[in-house]
Amino acid sequence: MKMNGARILLECLKKEGVDLVFGYPGGTVINIYDELYNFKEIRHILPRHEQAGVHAADGYARATGRVGVAIATSGPGATNTVTGIATAYMDSIPMVIITGQVPTALIGNDAFQEVDIVGITRPCTKHNFLVKDVRELATILKKAFYIARTGRPGPVLVDIPKDVQIAQTEFSYPESIELRSYKPTVEGHPKQIERAVEMILGAKKPVVYVGGGVVLGNAAAELTEFCRTLELPVTTTLMGLGSFPENDPNSLRMLGMHGTYYANMAMTNTDVLVAVGARFDDRVTGKLSTFAPHARIIHIDVDPTSIKKNVRVDLPIVGDVKGVLQRMIKVAEANKEKVALLKEAMLPWKEEIAAWKEKHPLTYKHASSVIKPQYVIEKLRELSNPDAIVATDVGQHQMWTAQFFGFTAPRTLLSSGGLGTMGYGLPAAMGAQAGFPGRQVICVCGDGGVQMNIQELATIVQNRLPVKLVILNNNFLGMVRQWQELFFDKRYSQTCMELPIDFIKLAEAYGAKGFQATRHEEVEETIKKGFATDGPVIMEFKIAREEKVLPMVPAGASLNEMVLNA
Amino acid sequence: MKHTISVLVENEFGVLSRVAALFSGRGFNIDSLSVAPTNDESISRITLVTGGDEQVLEQISKQLNKLVDVIKVIDFTDGSGIEREMALIKVTAEDESRAEVLRIVDIFRAKIIDVTPKSYTIEATGSPTKIDAILELLRPLGLKELVRTGTVAIGRGAKGWKG
Repeated sequence: MKMNGARILLECLKKEGVDLVFGYPGGTVINIYDELYNFKEIRHILPRHEQAGVHAADGYARATGRVGVAIATSGPGATNTVTGIATAYMDSIPMVIITGQVPTALIGNDAFQEVDIVGITRPCTKHNFLVKDVRELATILKKAFYIARTGRPGPVLVDIPKDVQIAQTEFSYPESIELRSYKPTVEGHPKQIERAVEMILGAKKPVVYVGGGVVLGNAAAELTEFCRTLELPVTTTLMGLGSFPENDPNSLRMLGMHGTYYANMAMTNTDVLVAVGARFDDRVTGKLSTFAPHARIIHIDVDPTSIKKNVRVDLPIVGDVKGVLQRMIKVAEANKEKVALLKEAMLPWKEEIAAWKEKHPLTYKHASSVIKPQYVIEKLRELSNPDAIVATDVGQHQMWTAQFFGFTAPRTLLSSGGLGTMGYGLPAAMGAQAGFPGRQVICVCGDGGVQMNIQELATIVQNRLPVKLVILNNNFLGMVRQWQELFFDKRYSQTCMELPIDFIKLAEAYGAKGFQATRHEEVEETIKKGFATDGPVIMEFKIAREEKVLPMVPAGASLNEMVLNA
Repeated sequence: MKHTISVLVENEFGVLSRVAALFSGRGFNIDSLSVAPTNDESISRITLVTGGDEQVLEQISKQLNKLVDVIKVIDFTDGSGIEREMALIKVTAEDESRAEVLRIVDIFRAKIIDVTPKSYTIEATGSPTKIDAILELLRPLGLKELVRTGTVAIGRGAKGWKG
């Protein structure tokens, strides 16, 4: 059947199983929106800013594991998507972003709302396309979804000029696609896998270091099974939180700059380090020259460029972590005696770790005179549903959430790890809630970041998305203030927000409910009230203003040089 | 150390900028670059020369392979390839130097492709070191303009890049 490009786009999305998109109309996508008007199979959510639309699609993708889709018009619509795309790119989130473009004949003419978005997003997309002929549209979209979700996932942008949306052609969607130039290695090398298990079984002080790849690769169950079978100590990155239950006795919780003392000490003293779906980010490794100095390193990752990028690797395995871990489990099962020997050999190591845990547990100075942010996070865990999804913004509250919430399941923490995008939290929570209308979605923000996309309260209320927004308000840009306190002689340059915002009135202005706690003893009651209230809610906590995130490895220091109490 | 790398890519718009951006985005320099379609019109071949230590080169090679439009990456640094380059050279040639230029051209088996009473334009092909050598001899005579194509390279032996 003949149809126009705009309609073909929608049919393709339907074929890919997309039933929800986040988008913002405009001159060069008006034809798409005209087709959407009667297209019942796709639900459309209108954010109040294109950046938020992309973050929402990202949050949806992280929570559901499906490809998130966002639409924006040309020019400023397209440039507004860039921060969202870069955020997704750094954390390898599968997304397809559709942008309108000025008509083909006008490209390069400085036309109204023209921008070279393919050029602009080249370094922050996994791949991108400019569609120059409507006959190529269906194949390009097929490729876009295939590239976005396979291998190391990532965002793919498809730029569609207005005349391509109007032009008609016969629609047929390719069943499958093969690209001679794109063939991600999926299966890990069996011999390498055997060697890896052998190396682990011969270790005395092994540590498993888990990154976001395990979450993205849906391999948390396999990871947990393997580590539990061998009783290996496990630490996760921010992105890996939830892939190994933090209430497991062998969990070392998060490592790195704001990781636990015992995780960082274990990294410094391990003899066999098993990195799974992680990329040795500088926030994780600290000073590279002193990172894991005694360890032989096994690195499992689907992306060969991650391997040996920052640290030397003794045993690389390129492949999908799920498949690799399944094989590792099989190899371990075939070596039951050696597994038993390993458990025995690890006993002194476990004692060492236990001593570190006892010496410096993850804790904070309790107080009843002020609201401690860590206490709020602990109470949130206690009072929320076990399957609650938590989105965060970026800064102190993000680290407190990572440290004190205690994540036990994958895809329950949505956070901008790589790019560190303030303003990510609220729209991401919105996207997750749209994907899971029945689940509890909590967004933890600071008073700084929440104001970067606060307008999305409108979208949330309009679409009846019952997001519970928790604001830890210290009236500071807290993380920068903390650095200024520790490393810049308390010169608080431009980090005090000064003007206090009435977030309760703000909630009401948008048609949401707002509750505030200013004293320690109001915290529990406020959370209970917030959770018990239907629909979107703001819970504001006036926290201890100069509370710091600790422990902390100063930038450029070694992992064992932590500031424990400052 | 200098590396000569052949990159087989989809013959589509934007591919060259992806490859170039991979270098510029990391602050690596490209010493020379040449691009043209191959016997298969749908595939272009980029030959580039770049420098850096082994770790940098390994990362460059992996990153090139990661680009969606890249079909194959071949590093010829191990001597497995034959490298050639062409140069067009305009030199001052007056009075006594005219004969000297001709002698040099003859020795290097180069060609004169344009003549004026005051100059010769020379076409020279060969390995990059040969081009360097002829330039060294011509430079004192008055080098007015130089155009080099950049290195191209092909693997030795009977097999093509597809094997």
